[in-house]
Amino acid sequence: MTNQTVLHAAHVAQGGKMVDFAGWDMPVNYGSQIAEHHAVRSAAGMFDVSHMTIIDILGEHDRRFLQRLVANDVAKLDVPGKALYGVLLNDAGGIIDDLIVYRRADHYRCVVNAATRDKVLQWFGEHNDEDVAIHERDLAMIAVQGPAAIEAFEKVSGESDVTDIAAFSATERGEWLIARTGYTGEDGVEIMLPGADACQLWADLAAVGVQPAGLGARDTLRLEAGLNLYGQDMDEVTNPLVSNLAWTIAGDDSARSFIGREALEQIREAGVDEKLTGLVMEDKGVMRHGQRVITEAGEGVITSGSFSPTLGYSIALARVPKSAKGDCHVDVRGLLKPVRIVRPPFVRRGKSVLP
Amino acid sequence: MSEFPIELKYASSHEWARLEEDGMVTVGISDHAQNALGDVVYIEHPEIGRLLAVQEEAGVVESVKAASDIYAPVGGTVVAVNVALDDAPENVNQDPYGDGWFFTIEPTDLTDLAALLDAEAYAELCDAEAED
Repeated sequence: MTNQTVLHAAHVAQGGKMVDFAGWDMPVNYGSQIAEHHAVRSAAGMFDVSHMTIIDILGEHDRRFLQRLVANDVAKLDVPGKALYGVLLNDAGGIIDDLIVYRRADHYRCVVNAATRDKVLQWFGEHNDEDVAIHERDLAMIAVQGPAAIEAFEKVSGESDVTDIAAFSATERGEWLIARTGYTGEDGVEIMLPGADACQLWADLAAVGVQPAGLGARDTLRLEAGLNLYGQDMDEVTNPLVSNLAWTIAGDDSARSFIGREALEQIREAGVDEKLTGLVMEDKGVMRHGQRVITEAGEGVITSGSFSPTLGYSIALARVPKSAKGDCHVDVRGLLKPVRIVRPPFVRRGKSVLP
Repeated sequence: MSEFPIELKYASSHEWARLEEDGMVTVGISDHAQNALGDVVYIEHPEIGRLLAVQEEAGVVESVKAASDIYAPVGGTVVAVNVALDDAPENVNQDPYGDGWFFTIEPTDLTDLAALLDAEAYAELCDAEAED
């Protein structure tokens, strides 16, 4: 049985090509994922991300609960409205999922992946030493992204101060949570809201010319922005130190004991020998997940590879030996193609940031 | 949804073949195939002059999503390739039976054509694949 979001009928009516994604029937594109990608980089696009899992954590010790489970420190969320990116780790330091935690007036809200819903809810339940309430919320979620996204959103929502919301912060308007977050490397908002409101907002945004964009464009946009995809660039057998996520491990809170901390400290002491970094291939062809990377420091593997519509050639994220740098090769269907190691992101705010 | 012109023949590996008036056979990928691949970004052409056996690998089409081999629907010698696709790979998506053609073969044996599917049989094959 495949799940459908409240916007399913709208996707079909807009020509969405529907595919199964983590048990959800979602649009992969509405004709051309490259056109949708360019719309987000140059103007505004909208994504239905209602398949993502929204979990509210309520209770006297909600903060303590999250400080134990999230490797980043939710104590950084000193006032309601602030948001934090982080990972959930297992005892070995492997990544169970990545998430965003929002502080609300009287509780915290977590947004985790669709594919990891069951195991995250189970993990939360198993580690509920603080007796918090764990409430999955049945809300829709729309991401409006691109240089013209906020203007379009303000126009249709009647909100006038969305640009006042700081990056990685949120504001609440009735039942809507409006966050200045996203997964594209562009400015924009992600709105969590009741289903009926979502259908109206989606239609209103379409009416002012915001391009519906599918999972295909979402993937190339996040890859250009150098953002990891859970299950592909990181999973339970990789840790944040080899996933370009050391920055999400709060280091200045020596008293806080979070799950996975000891393992990470042991890994750090023993020496981290790999890194997740970027590759560019200006030659013809497209790098793909699982292809071999051959460097002077040893071999690595591509975790995410695709064609970059903004740059016009293939880019990838790859896990390679820590000291690897400069020119190397990728085995693309039996041919060793020259590629260059670069530090992600590849594109920000519509422009290449490559050296 | 996909279109299957009745004057063409189709391979189960999703190429189409058109017998031209001069006896040459033009090859491309079907509307169904381009739709399944998504936005095409690169084409690897066979070399002009290369002799291809029927069903031999003749090139590669890469979309944003995946790479897919192109097989020769009929045996013969490659006499032309569509180099315009190097700058406009999107033609494969926008006009798979026209500007999106891949290469032209001088066939060794025209009976290869008879072994291919007609539009109706190919449409049934695509329907069956969609149900899997």
